[in-house]
Parts: sequence; structure tokens; C-alpha cells
Amino acid sequence: MKIALDHVVKTFNTFRAVHDVSLTVESGELVALLGPSGSGKTTLLRMVAGLEFPDDGHILFGGEDATLIPVRERGVGFVFQHYALFPHMTVADNIAFGMRTARAAKRSRAEISARVAELLRLVQLDGLGDRFPAQISGGQRQRVALARALAVDPKVLLLDEPFGALDANVRRDLRRWLREIHAELGITTLFVTHDQEEALDLADRVVILHQGKIVQQGTPRAVTRTPNSAFVMRFLGDTHRISARAQGGRVELGALTLDAPDVADGPAEIYVRPADLEWTRSGPGLAATVTRVIDRPGARRLQVLAGGDVLELDVAPEVEVAEGEAGQLRIVRSRIFAAS
Amino acid sequence: MPHSTRPARVGEGTGVRRTLIGFVLVISALLVVAPLCVIAVEAFSKGVGVFAATIAHPDTRSAILMTLATALIAVPVNTAFGLAAAWSITKFDFPGRSLLLILIEIPFSVSPIVAGVAYLFVYGMQGLFGPLLQDAGIKILFALPGIVLASMFVTAPFVARELIPLMQAQGRDLEEAATSLGASGWQTFRTVTLPNIKWALLYGVILCNARVMGEFGAVSIVSGNIRGQTNTLPLHIELLYHDYQTAGAFAAALILTVIAVFTIIAKVLLERRGAGRVRPIVATLGTAEAKDQP
Repeated sequence: MKIALDHVVKTFNTFRAVHDVSLTVESGELVALLGPSGSGKTTLLRMVAGLEFPDDGHILFGGEDATLIPVRERGVGFVFQHYALFPHMTVADNIAFGMRTARAAKRSRAEISARVAELLRLVQLDGLGDRFPAQISGGQRQRVALARALAVDPKVLLLDEPFGALDANVRRDLRRWLREIHAELGITTLFVTHDQEEALDLADRVVILHQGKIVQQGTPRAVTRTPNSAFVMRFLGDTHRISARAQGGRVELGALTLDAPDVADGPAEIYVRPADLEWTRSGPGLAATVTRVIDRPGARRLQVLAGGDVLELDVAPEVEVAEGEAGQLRIVRSRIFAAS
Repeated sequence: MPHSTRPARVGEGTGVRRTLIGFVLVISALLVVAPLCVIAVEAFSKGVGVFAATIAHPDTRSAILMTLATALIAVPVNTAFGLAAAWSITKFDFPGRSLLLILIEIPFSVSPIVAGVAYLFVYGMQGLFGPLLQDAGIKILFALPGIVLASMFVTAPFVARELIPLMQAQGRDLEEAATSLGASGWQTFRTVTLPNIKWALLYGVILCNARVMGEFGAVSIVSGNIRGQTNTLPLHIELLYHDYQTAGAFAAALILTVIAVFTIIAKVLLERRGAGRVRPIVATLGTAEAKDQP
């Protein structure tokens, strides 16, 4: 089911949570709504679910206006941030809940228990149907919540910070697993996260929100390689800023000259990631002094002072470099924006 | 085997421990146990005959019935009110929410006798609706309706106060989840909300009931103390006492005490049974997971 948001606005009291957002999610697509807290991503998801209603604009499900259809009739599966499993019901009863309450398509007891068994298998929790939510781990609860949402055969699957409360290893496993389930079921899926790694890892397309507006959307490759603003650049990963001046489509930095064809003349900011910098002993480059060396499993991270800026970069584990050493930085790639 | 001697923890010198425990025991004995014993002893001081006669006396029976009737009306109504109030305050956003929260608390801080006097002025002959009600032939004061109203005022917060903190902690996620799975409002309440609040609800009902049955101040103003007609058990006890029928007063008091003790026992039993149920709710709602396994 294709979802389209058309100029959606939502205000809470005086706080404008969602500001004129238009977005299309194609049928079968897996899309991440990514943004810092307060960016309006959860409000947006709740409006798609029918848990909130927009003040203005429309939400279309497959071309039909669903803006004012309440959540009960909208046919979405919603997975809550803290799972919202019914604590007084077993895992099996939790999963069966939607099938028992469904007004349309009443199922027999046998059909329901067969479907519950099938879903437990799908989420790899066979044999845990008799447990209560308090008796299983966080990762298992997450999967029960997903099974419960899938039980009602939703047209759209919506997940609010699905892995937020889990630790890093569980999160990585569940991500891969959710990707597989999505591939298997092909259900249009929209999820909210503040974790850029999660969004890039899982989604076909990433929609980045900031202060209630979409600032950029595209494939993980597009948003990471060509961020369209300093905010997106910074939000997607470790970033360092070097202040400079743009003049005639170029930025001069020490002995280096960088092309900046779209940047107006005046103060500019060069953004680089640790992987965009290279350390050399001899120029040409940006003169820098090593202030600290941090040894990590895959690389050595150097903290360097270049001009007035503290920068970080990684060198291969075998590179010999000591604190206090002077050298040159080569900028392999960078994004340059006019200073704001 | 536990060690016979172990190092004292902070503030746990033997002297401190003994003094504290001893102090609490003595005070409990003086303030709680002794009066209860006195009631039991005094009730039978003139013999079982007097006790039985007091219980069997029509005035006493009328008072017991009056108290039970009051509880039978006031408790269900206040339970419904408490549920509705807790639900509104915790599940909806509306202007005046915090004002409602304060309003519900008022009967806790207002002296019951003030409530009684207030009712007198609202429904009494010189009061706001008094003449109107008399014309309509409705008797509120010095009758069961007045007693029920006064009792309800005094006990209005009990159920709501038990439910609101719990329902606030539980949030709206469960109800939203149920609705998103196709449940109607009533289905959600019955299958999701109620099972998760039932122990707190029962506890609130028990407290409310205990207070309704024991209420004196507000009821004494609005009931008119008509012996055998509008006297509740607490009022009847006072009456007997002022009539110098000490044994009778204590006999009636014993009945009220026995009801109260049963109530407390029921409460403790519920808490025991409820304890195992309440904890998982908190555990599932907790955001921080101590340990997660895929």
C-alpha cells in the first residue's frame, strides 16, 4: 500500500511539531524517518497510524484519503517504542488479541491458534507462547510486539523507535532480522529512529527531519555522500568543521585549494569526516600537530590541531606516530557550505 | 547458617535497634491494640445477654441496615466516579485537567463536618434547593439520600486516588495498542485497562467502603440522629454512649470494629495476591532493560 502525505501540519498548543511535510512511501518500501528528538518524526508516524490527526493537509493510503480514519479502522500495524505488550496476557494471547477483536473476518479458535503458531515461528519464538511478557527478554518482547502487529494483516507496518530500548548487539541482530521479514512479507514499512546507523543499515530510503520539516530524503548512499546541508552532514556521523573563506568558487586552506562551485563568496565551512582526512609527513597539505593518539581495534585515531581547529582522523594500525609530532593533512573529500 | 554475630550496618547499633523497635511496639500497643481490646472486653462486660440484647435491639438493627444501605449505594457510585475521573485525567488531554485533580482531592482536606454543614445549607429548608425539593416531595436531609450524599462527598477521592498514579505510570500505550489492533473503547477497557488496574481498584473500593461505614462527622449533621430511622452505626454508638449505655455502645462498636478488621484482612490478602501481578506491569513498562537477549 502506497502512503502519501500531502502538506501535513500538526501543532501541539503553540509548538509546531510537524511543519508542512509532504512525503511518499511506495508500496513495499522500507523507509526510515530519521531525526533528533523533537524533530517531529514520531508525531508524523502517529499521524500515519491515526493515533494523531493533522491540523492541516492530507494522508493518503493507496490514493484514498485516510486523513480522518481512526486508528481502529485504518488497517495499520503499530509497534510501540516500549512494545506496549499487555502484561496480563501470555505471549500467545497478546498475538491473538487483534484477531479476537477484529470485527471483520471473525476467525475460529483453531484458525487463530494456527495463525499464532505461524507468527511465533516467523518471529522465532516457538515454544514461548505460554510465557508472560515479564518473563522474556527485551529483544523477545520486541519480536512479540511485531508478531502482534502483523497478526491483523496490516496494509502498512509502522514502528516507533523499534530498537531504542535494546543494547547494541541485540539491536544489530534484530535489524538484520527485520530486514529479512520485510523482504519476506513485502509490507510497506515506515519506522522512526534517532539512530543514523540504524536508519542507514535498515532502510531503502531515509527521510531526515529537523524541526518538523524534511531536510533531505534519499537512499542511504545519496544522503551520506551528498548531504545537502551542514545539519545533515553533522547528523549522519562524526564530522569536523574547518572555518575558511570562499572566493570565486574556491576555498583556500593553507596550502590547499578546494573547489566549492555552489558556495557564495564569504565565510564558508568545510565539513570533513575522520575518513576524509589523510595524514602525511610531507606536504602539500594543512599543517597539523598530533595532540593525542587513541588506539582502537581497527585503526589508530589521531586528534590533531590544525589552524585553530581540533580534527580527528584514522590511520592504519601500523602507522608510527607520536603525540606532539607535526605533519600535514590531506583532505580527500569534503562538503563545503556557506557559514550560517 | 547465618552468622550469630555480624558487623552492624550504618545506624544499626544494638541500642538504636532495640530502642526503635521497642518504641514502635509500645506506641502501637497503647494506641491501637489496647483500645481494640477494651472494645471487646467492654462489649461483654455486662454479660453476653446484654451484648445479644443490644445487637438484637431494633434501633441497632436499623443502624446496621442504614450503614449497609449507605455503603451499598455510596461505594458503587464512588467507584464509578473514581474510574471515570482517573480515566479522564490519565487518558485524555483537556483544559482544566489539573483543576479536576485538585477538586477530587478537596474532600481529603476539608473537615467532614464542614461538608455536612454545607449540605445542610444546600438541601436544608433554608437552603438553596430546600424549598424546591420540599415542593416536589423529595426528602434529602434527615433521610437516606442525605446520608449517602454526605458519605459520598467524604469518600469521593478514595478510588480515584488509588487509580490515578497507577494509570499515569502505565500511560496510554496499552490502550493505543489495543485500539490499533481493532478493539473498541469498551473492549479496550474490559480486556486491557481493567485487568491492569483491578488490584488498585479493589484496594480503593475497600478503603472507600471502610470510610463510608465509619463516617461520623458529615453524616451526624445531615442525618438528624433519628433513633431507629436515620441513625447509622457510628451515630448509634454515640447515642448509646450518651445514654450511659456503655455496654451497648461497646457492643455496637464491636460490630463496626469487626467489619473494619475484616476489611483490613481482605486488603492484606488482596495486596498479597496483587503483589505478584503489579510488578510485571512496571517491569514491562520500564524503558531501561537490565539485560537483553535476542
